[in-house]
Amino acid sequence: MAAIKVHGYHASMATVMVLCCLNEKEVEYELVLVDLPTGAHKKPEYLALNPFGVVPTIQDGDLTLYESRAIIRYLAKKFQGQGTNFLGSTLSEEALVYQWCEVEGQSFNPPAFSIVSQIVFVPMRGGSTDEAAVEMNVEKLEKVLDIYEERLSKSKYLAGDFFSLADLQHLPCTHYLVNACGKGDLISSRKHVNAWWEDISSRPTWKINFT
Amino acid sequence: MAAVKLYGPLASTATSRALACLLEKQVEYQLIPVDLKKGEQKKPQFLAMQPFGQVPVLQDGALTLFESRAIVRYIAEKYAAQGTIGLLGKSLAERAVIEQWMEVESQTYNPPSSFLVFQLAFAPLWGIPQNQAEIVKNEKKFSKVLDVYEKRLSESKYLGGDEFSIADLSHLPNTEYIVKATGKSELITSRKYVNAWWEDISSRDSWKKIREMSKAGNKK
Repeated sequence: MAAIKVHGYHASMATVMVLCCLNEKEVEYELVLVDLPTGAHKKPEYLALNPFGVVPTIQDGDLTLYESRAIIRYLAKKFQGQGTNFLGSTLSEEALVYQWCEVEGQSFNPPAFSIVSQIVFVPMRGGSTDEAAVEMNVEKLEKVLDIYEERLSKSKYLAGDFFSLADLQHLPCTHYLVNACGKGDLISSRKHVNAWWEDISSRPTWKINFT
Repeated sequence: MAAVKLYGPLASTATSRALACLLEKQVEYQLIPVDLKKGEQKKPQFLAMQPFGQVPVLQDGALTLFESRAIVRYIAEKYAAQGTIGLLGKSLAERAVIEQWMEVESQTYNPPSSFLVFQLAFAPLWGIPQNQAEIVKNEKKFSKVLDVYEKRLSESKYLGGDEFSIADLSHLPNTEYIVKATGKSELITSRKYVNAWWEDISSRDSWKKIREMSKAGNKK
């Protein structure tokens, strides 16, 4: 069977989210480089795969699929019998996984991504960090993390006592916040968030992405 | 069996998104209003259900669930055998494409359209000053997104394929406000295939029912 092709970029958080999921599910893949710095994602060749011109996009046989959160949901269902079980054991558990996946997408990612973008990506592209924007988004993220702290004081992982897609979704951006933005205190100052972060970021499949 | 309870005001796009799915699946429900103006969603009783203080929240027996798009997925899965069939597609591949367009709605369609709805429909009502520069920026962004939708819908009757799915359903609330309440309806109506798709999905019984309920609510 042909390996799944992942069109993406190694420094793209969304790409890394998909690669981590493939590792967790023990699925073979081929990473096809889309060179973001040279604008490859906006060229006709790539736009034919993903008309929104963002990475990653996967090809699995006849299926072409984009949006990292949709891709990992597809992989979780397709490979349900192997690797890590990401969706819980009942419909109610699965629903809670979806709930916390949405929280990541709607409440955690917007401020977290803005911080990473301002501190890491904007300077890379020759611009300068908007400190006021960083401060505003740190404030927003602090409020969200306070709620996570409460949740994780009662539950080992976000959706329950099992590692799920919801936890996985947080890995790339949090990794950048802690390791590339100097914002590790957002995590380390919160006892249960910190314990959760230590746990999920030390999974062998996560470490593989950064060697 | 305990009836499903949905907490939230009908005027909230997230609440009507969840309600549209309950209606499509013909699930018996109770809609329990939450008074956002009075800050009911920030009171301890509500925060105990939804710690982010946002609407809607679903209670189905022992399960308490929030985030409208998660509610939509749950309802579509749990009640798969009743009401509109095929909301999640008929195969894993179809479901994947539906999920892709759910994410496009969530990450790419929702941010600029929500901004425009807030700035143009609600800010004036609530005496909040509008940010003209940002309105222009978001309108441009939203237009670019709609151009991609126009191409997609010229090749496919619905976003996920040949059949109406939760991907189309997710778009109903924001698009309703864009067309009815922002003075920017031409963003939708000027695009042949987007407009045809909008006419189609907004004339479904579920959305007609929500429109009726909104009218009745506004008459109070």
